Amino acid sequence: MTSPAQKLPVSLAANPRLSSWVRFTGEGRLAISPGKVEIGQGIVTALAQIAADELDVDIGRIEMIRASTATSPNEGVTSGSLSTQQSGRALRHVCAEVRQRFLAAASERLGIDAASLNVDDGTISGPGNVRTSYWELAGEVSLDHEATAAATPKSAMKRALAGRSVPRVDIPDKVFARPRFIHDCAPPGLLHGRVLRPDVSRAKLIALDETAARAVPGLLAIVRDGGFAGVVADSEAAADAALKALREGATWSAGEPLPDEDDIAGFLKSQPVETTIIDARPATAAREPAQTLRRQYTRPYIAHASIAPSCAMAKWDVDHVHVWTHSQGVYLLRADLAIVLKLPAENIVVEHMEGAGCYGHNAADDVALDAVLLARAAGGRPVRVQWSRHDEMSHAPFGAAMAIEIEADLDADNEIVGWRHAIWSNGHAARPGRAAQPALLAATEIENPHPRMISTNPPAANGGGGDRNSVPLYDFPAWTITSHRLLTMPVRTSALRTLGAQGNVFAIESLIDEIASLRGEDPIAFRLRHLRDERAKDVIRAAARRAQWKPQKQAGIGHGAGFARYKNTGAYCAAIAEIEGADDIRVNRLTLAIDVGEAINPDGVINQIEGGAIQATSWVLKERVRFDRTRITSATWTDYPILTFGEVPAVDVEIIQRPEIEPVGAGEAAHGPVTAAIANAVFDCLGVRVRDLPITRDRIIAAMELAS
Amino acid sequence: MPSLQFRLNGAAIALDADPDQMLLDVLRGRLGITGPHFGCGAGECGACHVMVDDRAMASCDMPMWSVENKDVVTLEGLGTAERPHPLQRAFISEQAMQCGYCVAGILISAAALLKRNPSPTEAEVRAALDRDLCRCGSHNRMVRAVLRAASEMAAP
Repeated sequence: MTSPAQKLPVSLAANPRLSSWVRFTGEGRLAISPGKVEIGQGIVTALAQIAADELDVDIGRIEMIRASTATSPNEGVTSGSLSTQQSGRALRHVCAEVRQRFLAAASERLGIDAASLNVDDGTISGPGNVRTSYWELAGEVSLDHEATAAATPKSAMKRALAGRSVPRVDIPDKVFARPRFIHDCAPPGLLHGRVLRPDVSRAKLIALDETAARAVPGLLAIVRDGGFAGVVADSEAAADAALKALREGATWSAGEPLPDEDDIAGFLKSQPVETTIIDARPATAAREPAQTLRRQYTRPYIAHASIAPSCAMAKWDVDHVHVWTHSQGVYLLRADLAIVLKLPAENIVVEHMEGAGCYGHNAADDVALDAVLLARAAGGRPVRVQWSRHDEMSHAPFGAAMAIEIEADLDADNEIVGWRHAIWSNGHAARPGRAAQPALLAATEIENPHPRMISTNPPAANGGGGDRNSVPLYDFPAWTITSHRLLTMPVRTSALRTLGAQGNVFAIESLIDEIASLRGEDPIAFRLRHLRDERAKDVIRAAARRAQWKPQKQAGIGHGAGFARYKNTGAYCAAIAEIEGADDIRVNRLTLAIDVGEAINPDGVINQIEGGAIQATSWVLKERVRFDRTRITSATWTDYPILTFGEVPAVDVEIIQRPEIEPVGAGEAAHGPVTAAIANAVFDCLGVRVRDLPITRDRIIAAMELAS
Repeated sequence: MPSLQFRLNGAAIALDADPDQMLLDVLRGRLGITGPHFGCGAGECGACHVMVDDRAMASCDMPMWSVENKDVVTLEGLGTAERPHPLQRAFISEQAMQCGYCVAGILISAAALLKRNPSPTEAEVRAALDRDLCRCGSHNRMVRAVLRAASEMAAP
């Protein structure tokens, strides 16, 4: 007999206590407490919708509680487009069971069979106009029970809110300047901290003259712990001034060399690596290829480049510390803090507050440790620490650069008979809370420093890292997929939106386009012919129909397509790009079709796809972390430009709504397909294949020279 | 320190401040005005935009001496939930953001645009917002929201 716990959604199995998710707080109010956090995508609204639907209460009665290690279920990290999938499913089950418990209690009180009772906005009523409510019964219905999976959530047809574009709960605060971001949080007694970081990569602080900094009015403390140094002051301006003075008194070691930014592939392919065969499909019948196409694709290091620099707040009370953070994982951060501070985890409370848009493992966790270290000198007062733009763009982890080589064996008809895909890249994850050593920057700087964690790749079962989306969804007769993960890490890398998927989809979809072109076959038809999954075909057909594929050829305009199913298990997305250009490329229009299963909040899904498509366009046309042999040089918006309002394409999104299929996330679905669609449109327009991102004027000229 | 006078969200302000201190530091620091956000400190991203005499300006890059006797409006001065500016209503209607950190500056840039050009074209909206960066990719929604607000304001 299987235990009922096995049927629970994964987040609920890990946190089965009902009261950790749902509490009836006051008359007419309830609190929903997910373990996932708002990272600027509106996920909290979708989770509120799910709870309101299942409990039959107005969504306005719900207070969504920010995740905290003091009270919240532990749902690990908010990443990988898994929030609706994991937190949403858990909440749906929890709320179904809570509703059932209240119906049982109401049945007993009213003497009416539970099946005859109805719930409307929290009021429970039955035949003969008898009624009670969740709040009347809250005193007698204990939720301090473990979920049993005995209750069945409503069928898709019976949900009132799921599938509707409910307005986001956080937007009014943001347009009316009501503080919501951690940057705007100012508890009584607040002090401000700044940390001294080197310009030269991996340089260590070897001497520090504090005299000038000590003279800055408003300075309260200079904190030093080995190579970690920072200031605490009574205002941000004073903290900035003190840091500036401290920098002038700093002596640094020589640091460690960086690779040649103009030969990323050469660098990646020359390093010691750990090699893994990701997947192999042996050929059923060996077919001699008539020719083999060998192509190399690269993408650069990419910065998170949130509009706000990372920020955190900490407050000590003797040997207990409270931390406010925009980290993606409060429990994971707590685990790393416990290692660094040599404190039991119970002495540390980590509470989430919103930061600016988060696209992966940025400096949120790093600055939390900075705040904890500086707050030690604050005599129990809270200290808020904010990074500079410069540090945000040079010391936070980057998305890893990749070199991808594909060999496609073609028969005499240019049909694919063999496919070998090899990736060289640093790992795509060095998140906190997952290893015996901490992943936080200051942990490598303090007295008795921890070694810098070399990034690794999540296992294939979690979607992989550098290898994410490297296994083709296409029905090729044979393939071998190999991942070479670097064992050195001169440029710090960790998880950035899509991990390796953007690079791999770019490579696969570029070569598919090239082979279709070689055959004189329409690239949409070629893809459809090699796919068996009907949902995959549906998004491709929908995008093609919506973009009126393939529009009449016009001089100076190009069209291209791209497709992927994110992680090969998540959302299906097809993109068609219309571009215009000669040496500078402008993307005019992106047309996308998306299938996330049940789209809980369709406008939220469209918002994510639009945002992903625009961000991907920015990556493709403009973004590249720049460095010389000693330092990151793209530390300002001038040196790391992103797409501006005038450059943003029109984006048109169609959702294929499938209410009967469990929802998956939308946040990372568009990047790979859009990247490939733009690259393929460049070929359609200019007749050259640009295989190195970003697609800039220089890269196009280089590709033209190579082709001629 | 010399006494500096200016108007902030319609109210007269006089304070002793270092004339070389940046307006953003004074707003967010001693005045507790958190609408304008710090983004870069170099006038490159727009998150700290405030209106100075009806023009959108980067307050992170603006010394206090330069706002002497000027009229400064932050997001707080645009409208309230009870009396919203049409732009604020439109940003809610269009759900025109993801994280919303840049929105304080963008609303100000848009408000300054509508003051000098009450019925802008889409291209004019994009041009007016071109110094405001958005990393989440909500640009098109924001442009739609500005156009919606403009047409609402034009309606009799």
